[in-house]
Amino acid sequence: MTLLPSLPITIPLAGAVLCMLFRRNIRAQKGIALFTSFLILLTSLTIFASTKDGTIAVMNVGDWPAPFGITLAIDMLSSVMLLLVGLLAVGVSAYACFDLDEPRMKFGFFPLMLILLMGVNGAFVTGDLFNLYVWFEVLLTASFILLALGGERAQLAGSIKYVTLNLLSSALFLAGIGILYGMAGTLNLADLAHLVKDGARGDLLTMVAIMFMMAFGIKAGMFPLYFWLPASYPTPPAAVTALFSGLLTKVGAYSMIRMFTLVFDSDPEFLHGLILVGAGLTMLSGVLAATAQYEMRKILAVHIVSQIGYILMGLGLFTELALTGSIIYLAHVIIVKTNLFLVAGAVNRLKGTYDLKKLGGLYSERPGLSLLFIISAMSLAGVPPLSGFFAKITLIIAGIQIESWAIVVVALGVSLLTLYSMTKIWAYVFWKPAPEPLPDLDPMPKGQWFVFLLPMVGYTVISIAIGVFAGPVFDYASEAAAQLMNPQAYIDAVLGGV
Amino acid sequence: MEVVLAIVIGFLYGGGLYLMMRRNLIQLIIGLGLLSHGANLLIFTAGGLRKGGAPILADGEKVFSTIPADPLPQALILTSIVISFAVTAFALVLFLRTYQTVGTDDVDELKETETE
Repeated sequence: MTLLPSLPITIPLAGAVLCMLFRRNIRAQKGIALFTSFLILLTSLTIFASTKDGTIAVMNVGDWPAPFGITLAIDMLSSVMLLLVGLLAVGVSAYACFDLDEPRMKFGFFPLMLILLMGVNGAFVTGDLFNLYVWFEVLLTASFILLALGGERAQLAGSIKYVTLNLLSSALFLAGIGILYGMAGTLNLADLAHLVKDGARGDLLTMVAIMFMMAFGIKAGMFPLYFWLPASYPTPPAAVTALFSGLLTKVGAYSMIRMFTLVFDSDPEFLHGLILVGAGLTMLSGVLAATAQYEMRKILAVHIVSQIGYILMGLGLFTELALTGSIIYLAHVIIVKTNLFLVAGAVNRLKGTYDLKKLGGLYSERPGLSLLFIISAMSLAGVPPLSGFFAKITLIIAGIQIESWAIVVVALGVSLLTLYSMTKIWAYVFWKPAPEPLPDLDPMPKGQWFVFLLPMVGYTVISIAIGVFAGPVFDYASEAAAQLMNPQAYIDAVLGGV
Repeated sequence: MEVVLAIVIGFLYGGGLYLMMRRNLIQLIIGLGLLSHGANLLIFTAGGLRKGGAPILADGEKVFSTIPADPLPQALILTSIVISFAVTAFALVLFLRTYQTVGTDDVDELKETETE
């Protein structure tokens, strides 16, 4: 038995504890957070290398044999998610070291961030339903505090909505777990898949599946359960929003993919049909809400909702190609969206506002930053040859293949509207001359400015790389999707072929 | 027994959701508490109610003489009680802080982050 699958959980925990020991020393905390983030990235790379060929890394915690104890199981989808968490950890902690204000660091931003990463990693590696619930609570509790940290009026108002709806979703999730346990007598995901395949009671199972759909739907920001998201995400500082937008909703989406490919795949016509309808409406409502916004962060936050729609579209279509598209889209959107929020944060740092109507002329002042923004924005809209294009085209081809015309039309239309929103930001913030010249609030020397931009440069390069190396990326994602569509290998790996 | 508990759970859920839809912050938090109690009892009931003894084998026994109660739902509930205790404590502090900063306990007045 190897300890490797548990490292994504234990490393951030150790980092968080170390940070707490140096509570008063911000400089030490910065160092620890950066170092831990690099370690997380390194571990995830190791795991990625060892599961690349389709092996599933399994660990029975405390050596309790599979369906009785807690199992950690990492398949290809999990390992790509871990890798993305690693990349995000490094970039966001580097950005936070530069950008975050002193009081927030003093009140424990870094330990909280590491706890959040632990929760996210835990959710990605666990193979046990109740354990998934616990990790959700860990990451939620950390995110509650991160969101409210600073105690500004808007932050508090946003936090209340966020806390309430997430607790409601947790209660639903918990109730679903209870009923499922009553039906199956087990909470091990692989074991559950087994029992459901053996023909558990149909109608009750569908009802439980819908409870899970609602619980994860709230967390992922699926239509019509997303209203907490635009109300809370734009309120904290850019580093926190970037972290949230990259990870939190995606954990919901990941859990939904996991549950609805492994356990609830008995009635795809109804359940996945429902997800597909939800996905279409999610895309549409997200992008339409964004057209009415004139605040950079809010536009981006509302767009998160619309991106979730694309990820769920792949699950809703429920073919191998569609899931491939979902996985590429997940990777693409985590990187690009985080980057856009970081760039928005940099704009705010320079000019002290996110308001589209007050900003302007940044292209002539900061061509480098503008370039980073436009590449990410075009990638989000799906302009070839950037990462978003390949993700979207895969999803759309998958839709055409099974002649699901409505969702294809919606996906294409939403793509155009995304382009509109992104060009709106581009035109207002970077292209048009500033209505009144705003002074540079923080004129950094050139070297420092470059270091500050480094995480964003990194993410932009990754986004371009996903586009350039679309072939290998596609191959990997389609193998991961094949694993999801044929869960027998996962079940055998966890239960040891019982 | 199941019927009685089912009614109790339904009552807790109904009361919890009703309170959550009120505009007062304190009622909101009590509603959340009721909801999590409802979920806990649901696990308890769905896990099977049995009047057996504890699932511990006596010395020399190889099988249980009577079917014992399932310990797992209780372990799950215990975990979720601890979690909801911590979360409720946090929510109370958050609500208090909001009340002090915004000066109202009316949810409808917390509108500045709305996207119109």
